[in-house]
Amino acid sequence: MSVLFGHKEHLVRMAALFGVGVVAFLVLQALLVPEGFGVYGHYRAGALEENRARPVAFAGRAACVECHSDVPEAMKGGRHEGVRCEACHGPLAGHAGDPAEKEAVRPDSKALCARCHAANVARPARFPQVEVADHAGGEACTTCHAPHNPLAPGRASQPGLAPGTAGQPGLAPGPAGHPGGVENGGTK
Amino acid sequence: MNQDRRDFLARSGKLLLLTGAAQVAFEAILRGEPAAAPNYRTADHWWGMIIDVEKCIGCGNCVRACKEENDVPREPFFFRTWVERYHVQEGDVEPPDVDSPNGGYDGFPERYRTNDGSKSFFVPKLCNHCARSPCVQVCPVGATFESPDGVVLVDKTYCLGCRYCVQACPYGCRFIDPRTKTVDKCSLCYHRITKGLTTACCETCPTGARQLGDLKDPKDPIREFLRTHKVQVLKPQMATGSKTYYNGLDGSVR
Repeated sequence: MSVLFGHKEHLVRMAALFGVGVVAFLVLQALLVPEGFGVYGHYRAGALEENRARPVAFAGRAACVECHSDVPEAMKGGRHEGVRCEACHGPLAGHAGDPAEKEAVRPDSKALCARCHAANVARPARFPQVEVADHAGGEACTTCHAPHNPLAPGRASQPGLAPGTAGQPGLAPGPAGHPGGVENGGTK
Repeated sequence: MNQDRRDFLARSGKLLLLTGAAQVAFEAILRGEPAAAPNYRTADHWWGMIIDVEKCIGCGNCVRACKEENDVPREPFFFRTWVERYHVQEGDVEPPDVDSPNGGYDGFPERYRTNDGSKSFFVPKLCNHCARSPCVQVCPVGATFESPDGVVLVDKTYCLGCRYCVQACPYGCRFIDPRTKTVDKCSLCYHRITKGLTTACCETCPTGARQLGDLKDPKDPIREFLRTHKVQVLKPQMATGSKTYYNGLDGSVR
């Protein structure tokens, strides 16, 4: 025993050193590890909240139809039924928050419609496409087509469905669902 | 975090009493963020996305909407989501011609002909929100992580900008934001999906080619879709646990 405790200042010194080390570790840990780190995993828990904090730019269809309830009526059964408002009208969360603050602008149909309907071989063949220059001759699309329901009966003419539309098959009018229809319960 | 003995004992006690979700909620309330606890519970969700290649028309709405929603730098070649156009010669899958002019932001000018035996199609790309993300594994400081609801997120205030994750991502989904010099990527619109909205790209996709889905929700249409379609993830051989499922994906796509 005297071998062990005869010179116990060695042990005391070692224990003290160990204690200092532990304290230093705890202090450094408290200083360096940010708050919330490790609550859910190897990251700062607050980062989740920070990612959530962003304001939204697109209000979402539900917000639009709160006021514009007539539009879904007009789109019902049409080929554009599955297209959500802000796909064409752009981000309008500001408008949904306060209609006076941000005015919704009517999009220019010539540029807008062509984004989706200009002929392109990489597009699915059954998707309605036209050679814009031949098809419209500089006329605005909305002259003939109702954008909310492009095939609505009673519309003056539907030149997009006439023969000679850039050789694109699948343009025949019919009850076939919109290629981008609402399969599987609609878009989410 | 300053932690004295009383704190330590209190925390340990709670840890023994509360488990799992209750503990997480309690921690959120303790941090003064009760909003994180009720309403939206991370444990109730597991987000993924389905992309129906046969429905994509390459309009670029998703690319524009994403930049708008998430303030992605407007200069070319910074994208959280982008659209690629594949062009495959008849009977010759390798190598495909791939182009993505400005990520599809301005659409795709006509480039190929129909009747030369080739085929072309669009493939939207985004972060695959892998369950076993290579990018998360390499982050030296824990600045990128898989959230409890299955979204790979970035802690911008904690990121060093070391770029390990940019190299590690097999899908090329990450970039360094030139303004902050930290990494940026698709957050699956975490600020939207946790409020009950869908992502900006899904909101604006006119054909429903992209659909957000909650894989933990038995009533979500994504469950039915995955059951009834032959879907594929990108680079399955890398075992990333990708949760972006492609329907109608051609073998030439990588």
